[in-house]
Amino acid sequence: MLDPSPTAVYGGKFAEEQATRLLWRAGFGPRPGDAERLAGLGMEGAVASLTRPVGAARLIGAAPHDEHGYPLDPINTWGDDHCWWLDRMVRSNQQLVERMTLVWHSWFATSEEASNARLMIKQNWMMRRNALGNFHQLLLDVTVDPAMLLWLNGNTNYKGSPNENYGREMLELFTLGADRGYNQDDVHQNARALTGWTNDWDEEQGPVNFRFEPKLHDYGIKRIFGHRGRFDWRDSCRLAVTHPDHPSFLIRKLWGYFVGADIPRNTAHALELAYVRSGHEIRPLIEAILRHPLFYEGPRLVTPPVVWTAGLLRASRQTITTTSWAWIAGLTGQVLFQPPNVSGWNYAQWLDTSRWAGRLEAVDVALQNHVLNGKTYPYGITENAKQAYQHAIEFWGGRPLSGTAQGNLLALGRQIARGQNQTWEQVEFRQLRQNALRNLIPMTPDWMTA
Amino acid sequence: MTTAPDPRTPGSHEGHCDGFSRAQAIRRVLAGGKLPVAREWDPRMPIPAGAGIDRRRFLAGALGGVMTVYGAERLGLTNRMLGDGIARAAALQGADSPILVSLFMQGGLDGLSLLAPAGDALYQQLRPTLAVAPGSGTPFREDPSLTWHPSASSFAQLHDAGKVTVFPGIGYTSPDMSHFTSRHYWEVGATDASLLTGWMGRYLDVVGDAANPFQGLSMDGQINPTLATARNPTAAIDQPNNFAVYLSGVWGDAAEWALDSASALGDAQRYSRDPAIAQVAGAASEVGIVRRTLQPFRTTNGNPGGQPGGSANPGAAYGSSVTYPTASTGDLPARLAGLAAMIAAGVPLRCVALTTDTQFDTHSGQEATFDSGVKLVADSLAAFQADLEARGVDGRVLVHVWSEFGRRAQENGSDGTDHGAAGASLLIGSRVNGGMIGEFAPLNQLDANGNQEENVDYRGVYCSLLEQWFGQDAGAVIPDAGQFPRYQLLA
Repeated sequence: MLDPSPTAVYGGKFAEEQATRLLWRAGFGPRPGDAERLAGLGMEGAVASLTRPVGAARLIGAAPHDEHGYPLDPINTWGDDHCWWLDRMVRSNQQLVERMTLVWHSWFATSEEASNARLMIKQNWMMRRNALGNFHQLLLDVTVDPAMLLWLNGNTNYKGSPNENYGREMLELFTLGADRGYNQDDVHQNARALTGWTNDWDEEQGPVNFRFEPKLHDYGIKRIFGHRGRFDWRDSCRLAVTHPDHPSFLIRKLWGYFVGADIPRNTAHALELAYVRSGHEIRPLIEAILRHPLFYEGPRLVTPPVVWTAGLLRASRQTITTTSWAWIAGLTGQVLFQPPNVSGWNYAQWLDTSRWAGRLEAVDVALQNHVLNGKTYPYGITENAKQAYQHAIEFWGGRPLSGTAQGNLLALGRQIARGQNQTWEQVEFRQLRQNALRNLIPMTPDWMTA
Repeated sequence: MTTAPDPRTPGSHEGHCDGFSRAQAIRRVLAGGKLPVAREWDPRMPIPAGAGIDRRRFLAGALGGVMTVYGAERLGLTNRMLGDGIARAAALQGADSPILVSLFMQGGLDGLSLLAPAGDALYQQLRPTLAVAPGSGTPFREDPSLTWHPSASSFAQLHDAGKVTVFPGIGYTSPDMSHFTSRHYWEVGATDASLLTGWMGRYLDVVGDAANPFQGLSMDGQINPTLATARNPTAAIDQPNNFAVYLSGVWGDAAEWALDSASALGDAQRYSRDPAIAQVAGAASEVGIVRRTLQPFRTTNGNPGGQPGGSANPGAAYGSSVTYPTASTGDLPARLAGLAAMIAAGVPLRCVALTTDTQFDTHSGQEATFDSGVKLVADSLAAFQADLEARGVDGRVLVHVWSEFGRRAQENGSDGTDHGAAGASLLIGSRVNGGMIGEFAPLNQLDANGNQEENVDYRGVYCSLLEQWFGQDAGAVIPDAGQFPRYQLLA
C-alpha cells in the first residue's frame, strides 16, 4: 500500500494505544471507536488511511453555527474564521490534510493582523492544497500569496529601495535556518530578487489586485549564495530549496512537529536524500516519519491547544455550536490566523499557569450543555466513585488514563462523596462529582499529551 | 493580553525564536539527548529559554531531601507546602527586598527616533521621511545634539527628574540581525544559542525558593523566556485580577477539592521522566498557589478583568491613586497598575517580565506605530513610577526597558527601517543614577551593514544590575561575567 520507507520502520505492537497516538499527532484525536478501527488496519494501513486520502474531503456531522443557530461568517465576523477552521479540524475525514495545513500555517506563520480574513482563508486553502504536495511549489505559492506579501512587506519591496523583511525570513525561518549558509549580503540580494510585487487598495475590499509589476522589479544582476544572475522571485525560491543546507533544515523541522525524540543521524540523512531525489515531495517524508519506530516509542508531546480543543469536541461527539471558541483560543495560547509572530507558535512550551487556566475555560465551553443538574441523576444514586470515574471517562470518548491520574480522580470522587451530609443530597453530590470529573479529565497531563 | 501584532502595523512581526530549532533542541535535551548534536548542524540557532528544564536532574538533586522526608510516593512539593511557602518566602525576602522589572519593547525599537540627532545633516539625509524635526522634542540633557522624540515626552520628564538612566548605544559585538536570535541573546544574557535558561531565571535558581512561583512572574499571559529557570517554579499571569480558575457545574467545597486535586496531580507528576507530562503537571501544580495568592485582587471589584464603576483609569481596578493611560491596543497600563498593587501588597516578587503589546518592527509605515507605541509605553511607565511613589514602594523597584536591536540608519523605501544593531535602552526608578551611560553612536561611523555600533554591552548591564541591585555575584549567573565592564547604575 505504501512505498518502502527509506528509513527504519516500526515493527512492534499496533493496538489502540499506538493508534491513539497516531490520531492525536497526525490528526485531531480520535472520535469514540476511531482508535479501535484504525488499530484493525495495522500500522501500514493506518498510516496510508491518513496520508493517502481519496477524493475531496467530507465534513461529517452537523454544520457549525453560533450560539443563536446562525451559520458562521468567517470573512466578515470576528472570530468566525477561527471557528470555521476549527470545524474542519473536528469534522473533516481527511485529518492529516488539516493537520499538515496547520503545520504549514505555523511554518509560514502569517497573521491576519496585516491583512484580513478573506486573504487568510485564501492562503489557508492554498496551504491545504499543498498540504502533502511539493515543498518547492508550496514555497512559490507562499512567496506571492497576498496575505504573506502584506505580512512581510513583499508588496512594498521595490527596485532601488528593497525591503528585506521577506527576503530574510524566507531564509532564516522557511528554508535554511538562522545563519546557515547565508549572510547579510545574501539577504539583501535576495530582497532585490524578490522586488516587483504590488497591489491596489479598494475602499470596500481593502487590498486587492496583487500582481508582479515589471517596472517595480530590479532586473539587475544579483549574487545569492555565490550564484550570479538576473534573479527574480522564482529564482529566489529555486535557489533556496536547492541550497545544500535546505534539506537538513526541512527534515529536522518537519520531524519535530511529529516526534518527541531527536532524529537519528542516519534517519535524517536517508530522508534528506529521499527528499532531494523526489524533487522536494512532502508525502513520502510524512509517511516515513509516521512509520518510524521513534514515532511510537519516543516520549510524549504536549498536544497543541487547537488540536486538543478539536479533540475535546471529537471525543465527546460534539460540533461547533458556539463562537466562544474564538476568544477561548486566545486564553489557551493558539488563535488560528493569528500566530504570535513570523516564526509561528513555540511548540516546545505550550503550558504555564496562565494557559493552563485558559484550557480549563475551554473545558467549560465544551461542557456548556453537558453538566448535570436538576432533580435526577442519569447514572442512578447507587453509583460509586469508581463507576463515576468510568462514566466521566466514557463521556470523553473512553481514553484511558495512567494509574496516577486515575488514583487522583478516584480519591477526589471519594472525597466529594464523604462531603455528603444529608440523604437528600444524593443526587446533588453525584452531579457535582460527575461534573468535577468531566472538568478534570481533559486537564490531566495524560489527556493533554500524546 | 495579546502577543499578536499591533493591527495598525502592517507587516509587523516579532517574538519567539524559531519554533523548530527550539522545539527540536528542547525535546532532545528533555529526552536525554545531548545538545552538541544540534550544534553540529545548526550551530547558531537559539534554543528558547524556558523549555529545557531538566526535571530529572532536579528530582535527583534538590528534591532528594524532600523525597526522603515525605516519602517516595510523593514525587514533588505538595500544593499545601507551596501555599505555606508563599508566606515563608515573603517573610524570608523581607518587605524591602528589591524587585527588577524587565519590559521588552518587542520587534527592534528604532533608537534613532527615540533619541534623534535632529540637527545632524547626515541623519536628515539618511531619514528623508522619518527624521525627527529639529526643535520638535525635548533636548537630551547629557547630549544636546540629541532630541527626545515628541511621543517620548514622559521619558524626557522622568529623565530630567533624575529617574531614568539612558543607554543610547547598547548592544553586543558581532550583532545578529535576526529578531529571534538577537532576542534570545538578550533573554539568556549571553550570545549563546544553546542556553536554555533566562538570565533572570538563573538568578532565581541561585537565590530563589522552591516553593514560591511569584519570585519570577511573567505578566504576558505566558512564560517570558528571561524568567526561564532550571529548577525553581515561576508563574505566568496577565493581570492579577483576571487570573480565573473555575469549574463548570461544580461549586462549594467540591470545587475547592477538585481544584486542589488537579494541583495535587500536578505536584505528583511535575518531575515525571516524560517531559511533556512534566510540562503540563508543572503548570497545574503552580496554578494552585497562584490562584490562592491572587484571590484578594480578584475580589476588590467583584469583576475580574474589569474596572470599577466604568472608570476610564486602568489603575482604578487596583486602587491606584494615579491615572494610567488608556491603551487602544492591549493592556500594558493595567498590567503595570496590577503589578504596583501586588508589590504594595507584599507578594514576594523578585523578577517580573512584561512584553509590550505593540510590536516595534517597523519595516513600513514606521511613524504611526512608533509614535503611538512609544507614547503608550512612556506614559504607562511614568504612571507606574508615580503609583509606586504614592504607595511608598518606589525604592524597591527598578524597571529595565530594552529591545532586541536598533534599526538601520538608512530608511528603506516603505517609510520604514530594516533590522539594525545597537539601539537604546533605559533603566527607570527612584534609585537610578539618572544620567547617560555610554554615548550616541555617531552616524559617520556605521558598521559594514549600515548600522550603529554598540558602546555599552548589555551583558555588562546585567552584571551591574545583579551586583548593584541584588547584591549578587554576577559570575554565578552570567557566563564569562568577568569579561564585561561594569556600569554605575544606582545613585
